[in-house]
Amino acid sequence: MEAAHAHHGHGHDAHGHHYGGIMRWITTTNHKDIGTLYLWFALTMFFVGGVLALALRAELFQPGLQFWSPEFFNQLTTMHGLIMVFGAIMPAFVGFANWQVPLMIGAPDMAFARMNNWSFWLLPVGGTLLVASFFVPGGATAAGWTIYAPLSTQMGPGMDLAIFALHIMGASSIMGSINIITTILNMRAPGMTMMKMPLFVWTWLITAYLLIAVMPVLAGAVTMLLTDRHFGTHFFNAAGGGDPVLFQHIFWFFGHPEVYIMILPGFGIVSQVVPTFARKPLFGYSSMVYATASIAILSFIVWAHHMFTVGMPASAQLFFMYATMLIAVPTGVKVFNWIATMWKGAMTFETPMLFACGFIFVFSMGGFTGLVLAITPVDIQLQDTYYVVAHFHYVLVAGSLFSLFAGAYYWLPKWIGRMYDETLGKWHFWLSMIFFNVTFFPMHFTGLAGLPRRVPDYNLQFADFNMISTVGAFGFGVAQLIFVYVLVKAIRGEGKKVDEKVWEGADGLEWTLPSPPPYHSFETPPVVK
Amino acid sequence: MISNGLRPLAAAAGWVATGWVATGAALANQYNLQEPQSIIAREIYDLHTLIMWIIVVIFVVVFGAMTWSIIKHRKSVGHKAEQFHENTTVEIVWTIIPFFILIGIAYPATKTVLAMKDTSSPDITIKATGYQWKWGYDYLQDGISFYSTLATPRDQIDGGNDAARSANPNYLLEVDNPVVVPVGKKVRIITTANDVIHAWWVPALGIKQDAIPGFVRDTWFKADKPGTYRGQCAELCGKDHGFMPIVVEAVAPEQYAAWVADQKKRMAATAVDPAKQWTLDELKAHGAKVYAGNCVACHQATGMGLPKVFPALSGSTIVNGPKDAQVQLVLNGKPGTAMAPFKHLTDADIAAVITYTRNNWANKVGDAVAPADVKALRK
Repeated sequence: MEAAHAHHGHGHDAHGHHYGGIMRWITTTNHKDIGTLYLWFALTMFFVGGVLALALRAELFQPGLQFWSPEFFNQLTTMHGLIMVFGAIMPAFVGFANWQVPLMIGAPDMAFARMNNWSFWLLPVGGTLLVASFFVPGGATAAGWTIYAPLSTQMGPGMDLAIFALHIMGASSIMGSINIITTILNMRAPGMTMMKMPLFVWTWLITAYLLIAVMPVLAGAVTMLLTDRHFGTHFFNAAGGGDPVLFQHIFWFFGHPEVYIMILPGFGIVSQVVPTFARKPLFGYSSMVYATASIAILSFIVWAHHMFTVGMPASAQLFFMYATMLIAVPTGVKVFNWIATMWKGAMTFETPMLFACGFIFVFSMGGFTGLVLAITPVDIQLQDTYYVVAHFHYVLVAGSLFSLFAGAYYWLPKWIGRMYDETLGKWHFWLSMIFFNVTFFPMHFTGLAGLPRRVPDYNLQFADFNMISTVGAFGFGVAQLIFVYVLVKAIRGEGKKVDEKVWEGADGLEWTLPSPPPYHSFETPPVVK
Repeated sequence: MISNGLRPLAAAAGWVATGWVATGAALANQYNLQEPQSIIAREIYDLHTLIMWIIVVIFVVVFGAMTWSIIKHRKSVGHKAEQFHENTTVEIVWTIIPFFILIGIAYPATKTVLAMKDTSSPDITIKATGYQWKWGYDYLQDGISFYSTLATPRDQIDGGNDAARSANPNYLLEVDNPVVVPVGKKVRIITTANDVIHAWWVPALGIKQDAIPGFVRDTWFKADKPGTYRGQCAELCGKDHGFMPIVVEAVAPEQYAAWVADQKKRMAATAVDPAKQWTLDELKAHGAKVYAGNCVACHQATGMGLPKVFPALSGSTIVNGPKDAQVQLVLNGKPGTAMAPFKHLTDADIAAVITYTRNNWANKVGDAVAPADVKALRK
């Protein structure tokens, strides 16, 4: 991504001083530099979270306790979740937004360039707090990524570090979202009406609104937790007139929109990739926009489906069951539209398209299990079992992560001006796809048969499936090293040079710029017909 | 491009084949929900089966279309891209049809929700209390109370005795005192907790209910036939969350009546006269048992706790300090830490266990705490 800078040359001199070396990255206000920083940060945290996952899968390889004490095992599951959600998936999507939103709407940069720098540089602070919490007395928080009170009020100082990290990363997300919304609403090229925006831009606009709506709710929940822990309040303590279930309501009012925050931009990426490689316009553009908005709105009225076992009235269980089932309708519309886009196209299957097709297939399996879990009585049986673990990894790994890979392979040649190694990219896809399923498919069975999640040890009836899952997890982990190798190889300039369009079927403003684009692009706005 | 794409695919297929050979060993495992043993569990089982079949049909239709398209509509076979991008009729159809499918699922699901919630007119009521990390049970009509803790020996878990673990079909799913219930009777379970949230879950009976400190929730089951049904705590509750199983033994009503009589006799025999005067040695001996049942998971048999997680009692300034302060700490717990209140223990139990800690390991305080001392400090 140095190449993007090298190309730039004279452009920045007009703006006066400009640092080189590390200071360039610390002081940068350029959306491309900041996008790059977000993506490298996310990739780093992806590997940190991945190592934690492999550590806990190693313990689960066999029954009995071999490697870790139960309390350290709980720290591993908790921090794997927090780091993947707040350190890897969310920053990665913001990285794509930084790179792509200005390029796709014909804007010269993000609206608030200095705030953009600040939003990013908060993240390494939050990430460091999370990782450092392993080394304080008592270790990292072991209360699960959902940090349910009152278990989380029992934790040591590691919990406080996690609370501060969530505050800081939440502030970063809110600033990033304000920036994205302002940029999209005010800085579109002449002629680009809202209903002409690329779908990736639409999905990010809606996601940014979700973030602004719910990140303060999370901040409120963890602040109440903090005051319960240290300042004698009793928000979540029944002995003082509080209610432990209140924490779950607040957490999931954040948490359910949060899961769509992690998937809607992925829908956007897939909606860019599929038409390109089908050489055919996206089917049902406006219904895609409406479906995305419907999913976002519904996400605010389904939160208690995470809490069917807390013992709420039948009327509440029924309301949240019906509302949750409704989400299947707009989600189905999206899947049908993607397949209709493929239908009668002229498809080729380069790596981005493989990841997009893999996404549609495997994400839909996560959608199906989501429908199973929406049914209250069935959910009560499956809640907090490995079935749920399988479900959310199908939507988060095969969903969010695969869409991120699709986007990375799709836009990387544009960003660096060189093609990645296609053969290795395909290896990366197929190995990821296979090992993903080897890891997570058996978890449906263990969950159905009655294995609770977040346990370091299990009855012998679950031994074979757990062994398979662990083998798959290590295979999946190794396959991700291919991605790093492909990235480094391409960035070092070993691929062949690409023209501005890169892909035969590519369509959109970013493909009218040279590859790599100049450091400052669209200083004169393009006109969209 | 395509043949290039197929090479990794072929290699990957080899990996899959290897994977499925390994899976052959797993074929003996269970692939579905546990065999239902109550009306509710059966309704859940049938609902799940119904939804699975609906999903299978949708899967075949949708991914059949996708697969067909991937095979036929590729550039390499010479397919030319058409440029259509809208069809209102199709879009309305595929929005409406799923809606009707959902209504078809919601109807039976609603009936089951209402049935699960109907905890009225139970034959017996049992209160299940979650503790870190065991369950306490109170039979409200008969006045029977007991704790139920994991019965699997530590050496099977920690790896000292792998052979015994491999031979133990109930590894981690066995307890010292199971919950005994009569078959065919409606049993209402009331849940609550002493410290953090737990969840009382027995899959075969179709019952899972969070146990929330300071609140009471309820649910019910009716076991169809005699048997032993095993479950676990389902809500993360700290370090030994994976080690607090639930065992329900459903027996014929006559056997149940006999068990109740036995339990009542046991309770009468072990009931301690509140006026009893304890000697130091009696307190220490009884305290050792209380310690093993309530304290050992965190503070450890050595009294050394776990470094930086659970404090040591051996050499502790609190344990070697004034006894009233220690009694209050045990009674009320220490908010913001894993030290839960132990108010539910009897005066004698608390007096004994405190006396034990003050006169064991490196602690040589030499005094005895009498049950009356504890009683005086209860709020």
